[in-house]
Amino acid sequence: MAAPAVARQPLPGRLEASSRRFVRWLRRPQVILSLIMLFLMFYMIIIPLYRMVMTTVTWQPRDLIGNPEAEVGGLTLYHYARMVTGALGKIYLYTPLQHSLTIATGATLLALIIGGSLAWLVIRTDMPGRRLVNQLALLPYIMPSWTLAQAWLVFFKNRHSGGTSGVFEYLVGASPPDWLSYGPVPIMICSALHYYTFFFLFVSAALMSIDSNLEEVGELAGASRGRILRKITFPLVMPAILSGVIMTFSKVMGTFGGPNILGTPVRYYVVATMIRGSIGVGDKADAFVLAIILILFSLIIINLNQKLVGTRKSYETIGGRGFVAQVSKLGKLKKVILAGVIVFQLLVIFVPLGLLVWSSLMLQDGNYSLSNLSLQHWIGPRGTIYNHGEPGVLLNPKIWRTAWNSIRLALSTAFFTALFGIFIGYAVVKGRGTRLSKLVEQLAFIPYVIPGIAFGAVYIAMFVKPLGPIPALYGTFMLLVVVSVADKIPYSSRSGVSAMMQVGRELEEAAQVAGANVVRRFRAIIFPLTSAGFVSGFLLTFITVMRELSLIILLVTPDTQVLASQTMFYIENGDGQMANIVILILITIVAIGNLIISRFRGGSLKKGLGM
Amino acid sequence: METAITINNLTKNFGDVVAVDDFSLSINAGAFLTLLGPSGCGKTTLLRCIAGLEDPDGGEIYIGDKLVFSHSRGVSLPPGQRNLGLVFQNYALWPHMTVYKNMTFALEVQKLSKEEMDRRVKESLAEVQMDGYEDRYPREMSGGQQQRIALARMLAYRPQVFLMDEPLSNLDARLRMDMRAELKHLHHVAKATTVYVTHDQVEALTMSTAIAVMKEGVLQQLGSPDAIYRYPANLFVADFIGNPKVNLLEGVVKGSSVDLGAFQIDMDTSGAPKRVVIAVRPEDVLISSEPIPGSVEFTAYSVLPSGADSTIVAQLGELEITVRVMGISTINMDDKIWLVFDPQTLNLYDQESGERIVAID
Repeated sequence: MAAPAVARQPLPGRLEASSRRFVRWLRRPQVILSLIMLFLMFYMIIIPLYRMVMTTVTWQPRDLIGNPEAEVGGLTLYHYARMVTGALGKIYLYTPLQHSLTIATGATLLALIIGGSLAWLVIRTDMPGRRLVNQLALLPYIMPSWTLAQAWLVFFKNRHSGGTSGVFEYLVGASPPDWLSYGPVPIMICSALHYYTFFFLFVSAALMSIDSNLEEVGELAGASRGRILRKITFPLVMPAILSGVIMTFSKVMGTFGGPNILGTPVRYYVVATMIRGSIGVGDKADAFVLAIILILFSLIIINLNQKLVGTRKSYETIGGRGFVAQVSKLGKLKKVILAGVIVFQLLVIFVPLGLLVWSSLMLQDGNYSLSNLSLQHWIGPRGTIYNHGEPGVLLNPKIWRTAWNSIRLALSTAFFTALFGIFIGYAVVKGRGTRLSKLVEQLAFIPYVIPGIAFGAVYIAMFVKPLGPIPALYGTFMLLVVVSVADKIPYSSRSGVSAMMQVGRELEEAAQVAGANVVRRFRAIIFPLTSAGFVSGFLLTFITVMRELSLIILLVTPDTQVLASQTMFYIENGDGQMANIVILILITIVAIGNLIISRFRGGSLKKGLGM
Repeated sequence: METAITINNLTKNFGDVVAVDDFSLSINAGAFLTLLGPSGCGKTTLLRCIAGLEDPDGGEIYIGDKLVFSHSRGVSLPPGQRNLGLVFQNYALWPHMTVYKNMTFALEVQKLSKEEMDRRVKESLAEVQMDGYEDRYPREMSGGQQQRIALARMLAYRPQVFLMDEPLSNLDARLRMDMRAELKHLHHVAKATTVYVTHDQVEALTMSTAIAVMKEGVLQQLGSPDAIYRYPANLFVADFIGNPKVNLLEGVVKGSSVDLGAFQIDMDTSGAPKRVVIAVRPEDVLISSEPIPGSVEFTAYSVLPSGADSTIVAQLGELEITVRVMGISTINMDDKIWLVFDPQTLNLYDQESGERIVAID
């Protein structure tokens, strides 16, 4: 039956119809969620970035000192000019930037070698004990990144700057050279030993997902093992390696803890420590210029990666499907290699922890006699000559408050982050193909390129003053939660998207046809089905926020102090042993949290990373 | 109560792609209508528009006398208010709920009493012969069982209209046959208007009371299975329906016969243009091992017996014609064979437009 053409309606009717259609569009859950998330991300990411840029291109009150004719708030390139030219540029920008790049490059290469070979050994060889190695390989990621730096000092400290000497000197009898105690080499090594976990995870997932048929075809064609590894396996793993490279490089560029512990004492500054320094002396604009430069470098790295791999798929190719992998036989070397690997893992995990414990038990730092052992730093009374009169850590109400802050921060961030992840995942997957969905996805990616310390700097720019209805958040606990959630959005949205993809649209549509409204659909279908992803995201965020330092170091105040920043203040105050105890407490809390959460509904760290 | 569905000028675009193009269709109350077409023809999109899972870009849809969608009036009822049930291709059973929970989900939304829910579940499970499966989880059942539960879940809330999106395509061949019979019986008993989407022409022919063949979002032909099979409206439908495929022979009209080059066929050519295509179903060609009057000599290029029937590919020069005969054929490969074409069984098409030429009596 041919239907008669619909008669053209009068204008008022048409307007009414189109406004109804608009309202209907607006009421779609994916549209509502997209708009809410866009608003939140605009507030949490775009406005702070804008404020930061504006600060760098306008005259600040402080600038009046050298430029009395300047008009506060007027546009100027003064800060940039100052930072990129002359002696100041060399001190503030070029030298620290050179240091940052050196460290990031070295640490990334080293991490790649360690993580890549561990992954290969675990996934593609017949080495015994692979399960154990696999589990141990993830542990360094759970510890704060500067744990190793602190342990390094306990061991390699020399008398040049600290006054007391390290275990090395006690054992060997000679003071270790400066380059081994402080500066780029130890920073690189410590960062690499933390961040190799990225490579380990990415490469092992990629190796697992390679169909060994691809390699077997090569073998049938008569290619040698080495040739196959080079020509087939390596290119297939390449995207995973590159993802690891961007992630590690930009993390190391923005990391603060290690360089502050191992670099600052010998005046070896990197951009991250320089930013903190500038903020410390009130040169906000200068700090922001540095932060912007850090962000630019991240952008360059990511662009390079896209050029090399082709698309942003670089990290999307890491999907773990279980193929039967071809295994390389290590032969007689098997046990030797295993022993080597285990020794390595002990060295990077347990030896540092042991060193921290030992150091914390010494009444006087650097005195290795048995009689010097004491619990003073743990449970000593208040008012002694040690630690500026503070009581032992376990009896110290300040530390308990700080620990509570840490847990509170990690839990609330983890909760909101996981929730945002599901919401963004829903908005993006349901709206797939629409401009709105793309916009949400792209906005959610932005924090990925902002190094931690720069993000912290961004937030200072924004929240010192009230913004519309939102009060000035500086100094509040809220601010720490907001910045932590914002910083984690790229990761949570990624795992949210993959969780939603797995749920598939039909399951929700079936509920829609059954007449369930959106609240019911979320409660009965979407939340239960994404709970494993939710828990994993929660776990990952909990761990990373617990030990996050670079992001919040600029934002904490005595009231909102958390364990991670507390360690840094102890170290800077010369109370290194107190710091070590706080690190140990921090690691204990993370380990317990990890244990508890991973018992829930199949949550795991790997899934949290979107794998 | 039986419900008719009326679709007027429906259009749905995905970006630049027109998935459903100015589509109009009336579905009689109680009909089993199949939307048939190759993948990407817009049949699933159309079904989803009826269900309310997609918002079309134009046109209107009535279910019964209720307007459920109208672009020009800005009306679009949510799926839950359209009183229809949908069976998905992958069943879409909620993996975290038992069969019982799966089936009562919609009933809880409707706020039925516990007794009523129990009764409905029991009844619906009986209808699909899955009694006693209330406490199973989806993953504890085979594909065929999940399929039945998906059906039962729909039956339990008693929608006026059944929508099914390739519900049998994930089953193996044997199960599919069984389920066809069951679905047809179910429709017979429930008498609910059913819209069924498939790309499988055998499924469409065996189950439907009416078939709508689609191509690139446009309705090609609407008719009974018999009409669709015997009088395909155009070359696309002729070619799409039937297994083995229909023989399409290009020719030129010469008076009251069509010249195929190698030979001529006498038939009614009134209203035909010069260049035509003759469509003849394999089973409509008569085959003989001896010359008989009006026959054309071919060679048996290939003989493919399959038990109940045999397919013979006959060759004459460049021309190849597929013939289907009952039982095991006695013809051997390379044998000489003689084919007879019954003008009554032939359909004539305009080579240019592809439309069927209906003789003007």
